[in-house]
Amino acid sequence: MRIPLFRFLFAFLALVMAASTAGAQGAAQERKLANGLRVIVKEDHRAPTVVHMVWYRAGSMDEVSGTSGVAHVLEHMMFKGTKKVKSGEFSRRIAAAGGRENAFTNRDYTAYFQQVPKAALPLMLQLEADRMSNLLVTADEFSREIKVVMEERRLRTEDQPRALVAEALNAEAYFAHPYRRPVIGWMNDLENMSYLDARNWYARWYVPNNAFVVVVGDVKADEVFALAQEYYGRIKAGPLPARKPQLEPEQRGVRRLVVKAPAELPYLLMGWKCPVLRDVDKDSQPYALEVLAGVLDGNESARLNQSLVRNSRIASEVGAGYDTTARGPGMCFLEGTPSQGRSAAELETGLRAELARLVQDGVTEDELARVKAQVVASQVFKRDSIFGQAMEIGQFETAGLSHKDIDRVLDRIKAVTAEQVRAAAKEYFVDDALTVVVLDPQPLNQTKPRPAPSGVRH
Amino acid sequence: MREDKELRSEGEKLVAHYKMRGYIPSCSPKSGAASVILKRPLSFLVSAAVLWMAAAVAQAALPIQHWTTSSGARVYFVESRGIPMLDINVDFDAGGRRVPADKAGLGGLTHALVKAGSAGHSEEQISRRIADVGAQLGGSVDRDRAGFSLRTLSSEREREQATATLAEILQTPAFPEAAFTREKARLVDTVKEDETKPDAIASKAFYRLLYAAHPYALAPTAETVLRIQRADVEGYYRANYVAERAVVSILGDADRALAERIAEQLTAGLPRALGAPPPLPAVVRPRSETVRIAHPASQSHILLGLPAITRKDPDYFPMLVGNYILGGGGFVSRLYLEVREKRGYAYSVYSYFLPLAQEGPFQIGLQTKNEQAEEALARVRVVLGGFLAQGPSAAELKAAKQNLIGGFALRIDSNRKLLDQVALIGYYQLPLTWLDDFTAGVGKVSVAEVRAAFARRVLTDNLVTVVVGGGQK
Repeated sequence: MRIPLFRFLFAFLALVMAASTAGAQGAAQERKLANGLRVIVKEDHRAPTVVHMVWYRAGSMDEVSGTSGVAHVLEHMMFKGTKKVKSGEFSRRIAAAGGRENAFTNRDYTAYFQQVPKAALPLMLQLEADRMSNLLVTADEFSREIKVVMEERRLRTEDQPRALVAEALNAEAYFAHPYRRPVIGWMNDLENMSYLDARNWYARWYVPNNAFVVVVGDVKADEVFALAQEYYGRIKAGPLPARKPQLEPEQRGVRRLVVKAPAELPYLLMGWKCPVLRDVDKDSQPYALEVLAGVLDGNESARLNQSLVRNSRIASEVGAGYDTTARGPGMCFLEGTPSQGRSAAELETGLRAELARLVQDGVTEDELARVKAQVVASQVFKRDSIFGQAMEIGQFETAGLSHKDIDRVLDRIKAVTAEQVRAAAKEYFVDDALTVVVLDPQPLNQTKPRPAPSGVRH
Repeated sequence: MREDKELRSEGEKLVAHYKMRGYIPSCSPKSGAASVILKRPLSFLVSAAVLWMAAAVAQAALPIQHWTTSSGARVYFVESRGIPMLDINVDFDAGGRRVPADKAGLGGLTHALVKAGSAGHSEEQISRRIADVGAQLGGSVDRDRAGFSLRTLSSEREREQATATLAEILQTPAFPEAAFTREKARLVDTVKEDETKPDAIASKAFYRLLYAAHPYALAPTAETVLRIQRADVEGYYRANYVAERAVVSILGDADRALAERIAEQLTAGLPRALGAPPPLPAVVRPRSETVRIAHPASQSHILLGLPAITRKDPDYFPMLVGNYILGGGGFVSRLYLEVREKRGYAYSVYSYFLPLAQEGPFQIGLQTKNEQAEEALARVRVVLGGFLAQGPSAAELKAAKQNLIGGFALRIDSNRKLLDQVALIGYYQLPLTWLDDFTAGVGKVSVAEVRAAFARRVLTDNLVTVVVGGGQK
């Protein structure tokens, strides 16, 4: 292989320079196959690579008690062979094509992706189409893979104090909604899972009319649609079970929990029930909450870090989080680690004081402008990653929105006023919708009690 | 060669991007357990792309331009106009290896404090000046490098404010007393928290055993951090953040004249070196041993390895290809197949080389429940032993080359990825044609070369094993 590929790639970049002087980037295009599969393509010709993703609208929120974690277990089993492609062959063929691949499961969906040189794209559609309908879930393969998943749970959750806190918060905040169950599943459910649970899951949800495909990269949309018709078009649509709403009853008062685990410092996690975006034009509060999260934690000079880490030094770390889009209910989070010698209660008081200040005095025009400047810049920066662009499309689509709404949502965030932010804080950050979980750190050596905090500040 | 760094950074940046926008697929806060569950840890994803390119016509290239600023800093510039944005990276020879043993943590502390106030602006003003123009200021410290990265829109107002702010903090840091006290306390908190985490305990023990008296062994403890005084930070900055050992990498929407102006702006006022940095000791290979550290976690964290290769090592390509086959290659490596697929011992099992200025580590890692830790470790030893004895098969070598050569485009298909590569070339003074030569370097590797390179570098007499876990401390 003597051809200087690096230079070749740059030739592509150079060509793009000429083509993109107008700065306009093609909008994503969409086709729906007769079997219900939607295909969304966004052309981006900066480099000769492409990302291919298949998203299934089946995540842990579609599971039932007793088989929690099965969506994710099935994701693992999707690499274990079909009638035509034997176990391990799938990954070997992608690797041989120069590709990278992985898959991820969340509460709302399960998704599979490959990043490949563009010439390998047809093979990716062929392989994904094959495992969309021909997967074999055998007792033998399952018996080993379920052990891998249990190791994954140990690694991600059992031995991670903060993950235990997050798991506890979800279980406590939701009495009825399936968001109460962890995506990876409870350990006892994994221990008692059968290959038939995984097989049934596959049979129930893995049909083209419950999926969509996202392709972003150096492709022509029409060619991708033709490939999709060729490979995915052969698959028959299937019946989908009714999805029950399982709405969470109204919370009636603050909920509090303590989690004990080996750690040095406490950790505080607070979650308030908040709305998520359902109607891009009619809703307004999710946009205000998005800006609110930015005002609190959008940059290093944002309120929480400036006030609690830099000024009062109550906290060693602090943060805010809010997901604008989701299939299920939404939540706004505040979290933090108290500094050595400070308690979780002191940190909670500090966080509440910041919220009170926000409700009382609102936000400044400077803060608002700062958050919006970052939204504007991020719209440019995101073009550097075709993977990121594909993820963004997938997020919107699984939440029941359209990829066509992406720019509209950003415009609406840019139009949020200071008063809307203040009003949203006042409406949603109320105790009756709050769940608080505190990590109570335990010494590694359980026989030796941890000395009481000295109260000394460094 | 360390595939995970590149991929991890892509994943992390993606998460950061979505987090800011609120679209991250997560049901938990940013530092809590992300609920997105990957089939395999993102950090061990393997980069890769394809032979079809062989047929393509090589046209005009956008080469790496290289020059030296008036103050002696090395500059590496790639013009890329596709997106109206600019990425800048400034690296100094100010990573962990320049820190005195009794003040471990000084490198990271100095790096954190550079942005904590300058001659002209307070810490809060600096943060705001960056955020007001939508720019992103980041950085990282490893055993060799202390680096700062800036991403900004290329439009004049935004760009000017962002680069001026970076120039100011690099050249006139004030190291305010209050920020010093605070960051020191935060570092102590982090260090103490790390001392409870099995992965961090294992990693620190691993480096300590591999490098003994060499500064690559160092990790901060509460004791070494508490010993650091503000004057140490100022002294460390003056001695190491010097123009002559600064490397500026610029990539994006700028012409050469603008890149030259920015490079001058960032470096003209840097401290000057008083001479060559003090020599570092040679890396001495450790004696083989297995160290077990009790921990109450349900899994044992297992690391095996030894100091192996430098950035400029002639064995680089045989090691890269061989490692892909042994434990670097995604879902197809021997370790993945033998430890995970066939036996279900672990979710994550991998190997990598981390080439550094001096011999960086070769590392194998996995986590498995305590009850089967010995069996899993024994299996890893069998796989490694078999690979060292026989080397790869011809079929494995072919598959590895297909992935590494075919997937080459995926290593540089964004400004961010390409900048990371350019910065690496600049810092370690690799040939400017390093990326051009990459696929040829991979293509030349033979089965015999892989076996010989591993035999030279991965000596079982020097292989260290760390096991953290096994029950209550």
